Amino acid sequence: MLVGVDWAGVAQQVVAGLSSGGTYATLAVALVLIYRATGVVNFAQGELAMFSTFVAWTLTRHGFAYWPAFLVTVLASFAGGIALERAVIRPVERASVLTIAIVTIGLFFIVNGAAFWIWSPEVKSMPNAFSTRPIRIGGVAFAISDLGIIGVSLLAVLLLWLFFRFTKLGLAMRAAALNPESSRLTGIRVSWTIALGWGLATALGAVAGLMAAPPLGSFDQNFMQPILLYAFAGAVLGGIDSALGAVIGSLALGVFLNLLGTYVSWVGTDLRQAAALAVILGVLLVRPAGLFGKLAVRRV
Amino acid sequence: MALLSVEHVTKRFGGVVAVEDVSLGVESGQIAGLIGPNGAGKTTLFNLITGLYRPDSGEIAFEGETLLRTPPHRIVRRGVARTFQNVELFPTMTVLENVLVGRHSRGERPASELLGELGLDAVAQRRTGSLPFGTMKRVELARALASGPRLLLLDEPAGGLGHEEVDELGALISRIRSSFDLTVLLVEHHMNLVMGVADRVHVLDFGRKIAEGPPAEVQRNPVVIEAYLGSERPQHATA
Repeated sequence: MLVGVDWAGVAQQVVAGLSSGGTYATLAVALVLIYRATGVVNFAQGELAMFSTFVAWTLTRHGFAYWPAFLVTVLASFAGGIALERAVIRPVERASVLTIAIVTIGLFFIVNGAAFWIWSPEVKSMPNAFSTRPIRIGGVAFAISDLGIIGVSLLAVLLLWLFFRFTKLGLAMRAAALNPESSRLTGIRVSWTIALGWGLATALGAVAGLMAAPPLGSFDQNFMQPILLYAFAGAVLGGIDSALGAVIGSLALGVFLNLLGTYVSWVGTDLRQAAALAVILGVLLVRPAGLFGKLAVRRV
Repeated sequence: MALLSVEHVTKRFGGVVAVEDVSLGVESGQIAGLIGPNGAGKTTLFNLITGLYRPDSGEIAFEGETLLRTPPHRIVRRGVARTFQNVELFPTMTVLENVLVGRHSRGERPASELLGELGLDAVAQRRTGSLPFGTMKRVELARALASGPRLLLLDEPAGGLGHEEVDELGALISRIRSSFDLTVLLVEHHMNLVMGVADRVHVLDFGRKIAEGPPAEVQRNPVVIEAYLGSERPQHATA
């Protein structure tokens, strides 16, 4: 029965799936970062990534090569994320989670609208980040860009993990997320750790957007919306409060959706988003904490 | 001059007066006990000293300077640290990481030294959330000491501990007072502990201070006895 399976083709599709999954994972970790710090899903995360990508696109139109534009944009996004938190989130930081979530939904539309206003609606295209040549590994041809995207995504997440695990500032940010009141009394400025979290999440989002855009060929201001949905599904699958879970969930989702789109003819590309929503729904029904998350027990 | 002085402090929550016109002073090097029946305002007073609440009136000063304009995250830099009644640790962090957070703004002592002092070496790499309650309390104490405080506020350190653990705690508090050159203000229900370690005891009841003095004297004070027995009288009446 296995005779008819084209294993080289499957391997290619798995790698292509991991590549999309890597992009979802980067954005998913950004979602987890803000969720852990404030208990809120930042619905504007994808649009902020889109905005960063458009900034990078503008730089490439003014003589920047891809990677210098990448570097400048990620740094600018970090600063922009902090500034945005100070301007928009800080005034409501003591409000309910619902209030803050609605502010991020508002931010979604504002950022989207601003991007259409600044950069006309016609589609854009980004220079490639990696060589478009294939590379042969064990007789199977893989796209260098797929492997590059997997590498960059994992590197971004790894750097973030090292920051949280081994730096004093990272430790303070974790403490502030776990117990704000206690942290304040050890001298941590909790409000600033949240701003820093927004900066890091926005920088991660920029990485996601800049990895996602070139392979699309052409993109417009709405290109991050399906990716936000996939990232959200990946984070829910892994457990929205677990960064490692979000990475594994997103990679698994990328592979799953890609295989589904390739081998189940009636799914194609049209039903990919519906499949992602089905994953979200399925996880919430069967295992609400996700694969690696902890179920929040609340006394009522 | 007292290291910590609380003068005529009042705090209301809506119509409820939690702390009313309370004054007390803690001398440098002292272990002071703060006792009183449930709801007497002891924890509220702690929250006022550490800046989590602001008093409606009155003054709180540390080393002769007001604490009332210092935000909570700067209190620790002034040299005041505390523990909490219900243990407010970072449960998914290791014991060592919890202590390192304590050193965030004033790292006076190496974390390893603190872990040794409080007998936490063996559990340094364990997550605090999985530890026995008594050990968690020692971790919280280590975290508070990590900032090198001059004044340590302990909110019911004996709460939830067994008899032997309470005796050990008393010895530990006396020991850290001298080895860390500390002044301690201790809220406690456990009379034996307070009477054993405190140099001076302040008694609150219904938000007001009703007595102050050396432990033996406070124990014999009829007003104090009345406050404690009075709160239990309804149970005796029905028995």
